[in-house]
Amino acid sequence: MDEAKRLVELIPRLRRYARALVGDRTTADDLVQDTLERAWAKLHLYRRGTDLRAWLFTVMHNVHVNRIRATRPVDPLEDDMPELAQPQRGPDTLLVRDLDRAIALLPADQRAVLLLVTLEEMSYDEVARTLGIPIGTVMSRLSRAREKLRAMMAGQPTGAKLKVVK
Amino acid sequence: MSEASITEGDLQAYADGRLPEGRRAAVEAWLAARPDEAERIAAYRRLASEVRAAYDNLIAEPVPERLARAAAPRMPVRRVAAVVAWIVLGIAIGAPLGWQLRPGRMLAQPALDTSLIARRAAVAHATYSPEVRHPVEVGAEDEQHLITWLSKRLGTKVKAPKLDEAGMGLVGGRLLPGENGPVALFMYQNQNGRRLTLYVRTEATRNRETAFRYARENNVGVFYWIDREVGYALASADLSKDELLKLANLVYKQLEQ
Repeated sequence: MDEAKRLVELIPRLRRYARALVGDRTTADDLVQDTLERAWAKLHLYRRGTDLRAWLFTVMHNVHVNRIRATRPVDPLEDDMPELAQPQRGPDTLLVRDLDRAIALLPADQRAVLLLVTLEEMSYDEVARTLGIPIGTVMSRLSRAREKLRAMMAGQPTGAKLKVVK
Repeated sequence: MSEASITEGDLQAYADGRLPEGRRAAVEAWLAARPDEAERIAAYRRLASEVRAAYDNLIAEPVPERLARAAAPRMPVRRVAAVVAWIVLGIAIGAPLGWQLRPGRMLAQPALDTSLIARRAAVAHATYSPEVRHPVEVGAEDEQHLITWLSKRLGTKVKAPKLDEAGMGLVGGRLLPGENGPVALFMYQNQNGRRLTLYVRTEATRNRETAFRYARENNVGVFYWIDREVGYALASADLSKDELLKLANLVYKQLEQ
């Protein structure tokens, strides 16, 4: 079976993305395992000849969202709310210099876009289809994610200097 | 090409090396006149290659056995194995749990209101743990203030256990309304941003003690117990039952003293 072989070939890429997405190995492999189980259960929905990788990443995205939905709803204000100019106090704003930690601190939606573009090198269109969001949203999340990451890695409080060029 | 037509989208695509040649030249000309923007886009490029470098080792790593198995075509035998695994796991979790019970300790049967604390704690966890901007009312930097305040409001001495040895740092706390009065909530967080909620309330019935009990509300796992006049519930959606149990033991040990 062709798909079975391709599925196995794609595991390292699923693991890499999952690891960057969820922050630790065990949880990442749990996510990959659930994704593979789900992919097998849903394989009849996959249309032969289309991009299996994109389909698999969509499955992973859905599994991931379901795993976190009850507990980590996406911040509903995330895309609209102005950033606080004042750095917050507490661990959320400890200066973060470590890349992995900085990525973990990005809002989940922005993190997914950044990683699909950067790690998977998906086109913006593919990212939009994989995550089921409009391409404009892909672009704005990518832009915000990068700026936050840059600010964190520079040791600045996020948002303090964020000014998106339209 | 007009300079005004360079969009943020163009800049992002430029950072990703995805612009067609003509457009790329226009962006380069635009950036040449704007050193700050040029530096910003250069930083994005650097970060992208750093991100790739940080995770690329996973591509070369051998695939763990369990994932290779999950990718293999379905076999009914696996179901049987899964059931057996669950039973074994059940014993593995159940046995140490049993050992937590102190000999001679009077164990109250769970009254109706006992499991309510688990539910309340799970809802509080689900409400506050995703909060990015205002997860707590008083942050850990004002811990003394927080403890004094919550102790005064609950009418009993409350403390925030130290969970650093388990990698959990105190984020802070807040006051919540409960069925019978004020409730204290402490939030902890580890390096990966995983959060833990300790829910503390005073009990109407005094001098009652229970063993650890476990409940699951949606995705939130909760260990809860009553120790004399105070009821505790430790909730998290981010941690496994095992991890949560370890933390519950740690909390219990400290609060007992």
